[in-house]
Amino acid sequence: MNIAQLLNQLPGAVAQGLIWGVMAIGVYITFRILDIADLTVDGSIATGGAVAAILITNGVHPWLATLIAFAVGMTAGAVTGVLHTGMGIPAILSGILTQLALYSVNLRIQGIGTDLGSRANVPMSINKYKNMLVSLRNVGHLSLDNPIWLMLLISLILIGVMYWFFGTEYGCGLRAVGANPQMARAQGINTNTGKVIGLMISNGLVAFSGALMAQYQGFSDVSMGRGAIVIGLAAVIIGEVIFGKLFRNFALKLLAVSLGAIIYYLVIQVVLWLGLNTDDLKLLTALVVALFLAMPYWKSRISARKQKGGVSVG
Amino acid sequence: MAESDMLVLQDIRKTFNPGTIVEKKALTGVDLTLRKGDFVTVIGGNGAGKSTMLNAIAGSFPIDRGTILLGGRDVTRLPEHKRAAFLGRVFQDPMMGTAASMNIEENLALAGRRGQYRGLRWGITAREREIYREKLSALELGLESRMGSKVGLLSGGQRQALTLLMATLKQPELLLLDEHTAALDPKTAEKVLNLTRRLIAENGLTALMVTHNMKDALALGNRMIMMHEGRIILDLDESQKAHMTVEDLLEQFEQASGRELANDRMLLTN
Repeated sequence: MNIAQLLNQLPGAVAQGLIWGVMAIGVYITFRILDIADLTVDGSIATGGAVAAILITNGVHPWLATLIAFAVGMTAGAVTGVLHTGMGIPAILSGILTQLALYSVNLRIQGIGTDLGSRANVPMSINKYKNMLVSLRNVGHLSLDNPIWLMLLISLILIGVMYWFFGTEYGCGLRAVGANPQMARAQGINTNTGKVIGLMISNGLVAFSGALMAQYQGFSDVSMGRGAIVIGLAAVIIGEVIFGKLFRNFALKLLAVSLGAIIYYLVIQVVLWLGLNTDDLKLLTALVVALFLAMPYWKSRISARKQKGGVSVG
Repeated sequence: MAESDMLVLQDIRKTFNPGTIVEKKALTGVDLTLRKGDFVTVIGGNGAGKSTMLNAIAGSFPIDRGTILLGGRDVTRLPEHKRAAFLGRVFQDPMMGTAASMNIEENLALAGRRGQYRGLRWGITAREREIYREKLSALELGLESRMGSKVGLLSGGQRQALTLLMATLKQPELLLLDEHTAALDPKTAEKVLNLTRRLIAENGLTALMVTHNMKDALALGNRMIMMHEGRIILDLDESQKAHMTVEDLLEQFEQASGRELANDRMLLTN
């Protein structure tokens, strides 16, 4: 095992972590703020990649392509929202339905302009599309081309915008929808609309992240979103476990999510370097996330047992 | 209806799970008119329909039949969040009326915008904060110095006091109190009741207060109604109420409902 080899991988892990961090902030909005486990994201991240790839390879400027990906992601979120609030389907199932449907939609998007009308993979080399926003080709460079700089900037702006939005009258209302829907309605807030808007913002960000991901890796693939929700949750939870005591402010909590995604990718690089087979990665991720999700439950059980068995004072 | 009528319920009916073995006729024809400034206490045994009536007024579920007029408007088909513009609500469960993960001033700011358009202006202004600080200090619970604390850290009594303040912050046309002191210890319950009395008097509010406590029902308000099997079976005005004792009430209850209610007697005297 060569330590230089590992060090070489680290900048790439940071860049990937930052890109997934954007996605994880989207997951944070549904999972933590709205209290919905939204499985749409596995589909909408690939949608973001597909939309960006098909637009960029057809000559659209990457910035515009990435923003359009954001808008299409919002539409996907709206579909899940309407399935849930307008048709009474449980949130988790609504997300699964949209995710499944998006698989076909993504194949079709990627197939635009091809004879078959459907395609699983769209390559877009940095050699051909030189103005792409981020590329892993430059991740080892110290120049401004390095994707880490742009991703840092995007992440900070995003955190700033989210901090502002959730501090506005409307944003505070959305937080109430997640915290206590009964109370939110009693204060005149339409909880159904709130959920739809929240899901739209979340999936918009997820697709935005997918668009950046596709540019970074130089291709878009319909299966690039498989297990994305778990990686997003991993980032949220790692961020909370490590920085939860330190970061109380909402902006810092979002920063913790982004840092959580970076830490996740750094750890992945280390375990791969230690010899883990890439095929086993998803199993490992699922195990780690399950453990971290279980922790608050175990903690409460242990403290309950202590209270019962402990000597009473006063 | 007269102009001074704040709430008119006409033949409200609601059956839950109709046609199933768990069918429950919750409201079987409720007629009630509240004049502006009426403070009505509501008593009745378990399952009498007290909470269901309040929830029907608030729009928690659609009713099967009847009409609900609030301040002269027909709100029968208005969704819950739209009716909220006219209503202040405090629930039995202290957890229900506030958002635990948000802080005290954020909760107040949410209530301060009840029934208003919520846009992209900042969620709380410096001026509001001063008003909230004053109102909180009037509660004498020390909450004015903890406005940045999460509501989840407050005790049940503190949360109910805060919910009451939130419910009355924007003058509601009708205040709905659903056994809001039942989950509190007797001393805290008394404090919250005193606060209730004060806020209703200060703001000249129209209020419906459900309670299990007959003494409270007699002591508070200017009118009292008793419910049984989804209907109002007794309606006492201020002077009738003044001459009532808990024993009289129990007798009335047995007469009006037409049977001996040993179990309900326990609940009602508690």
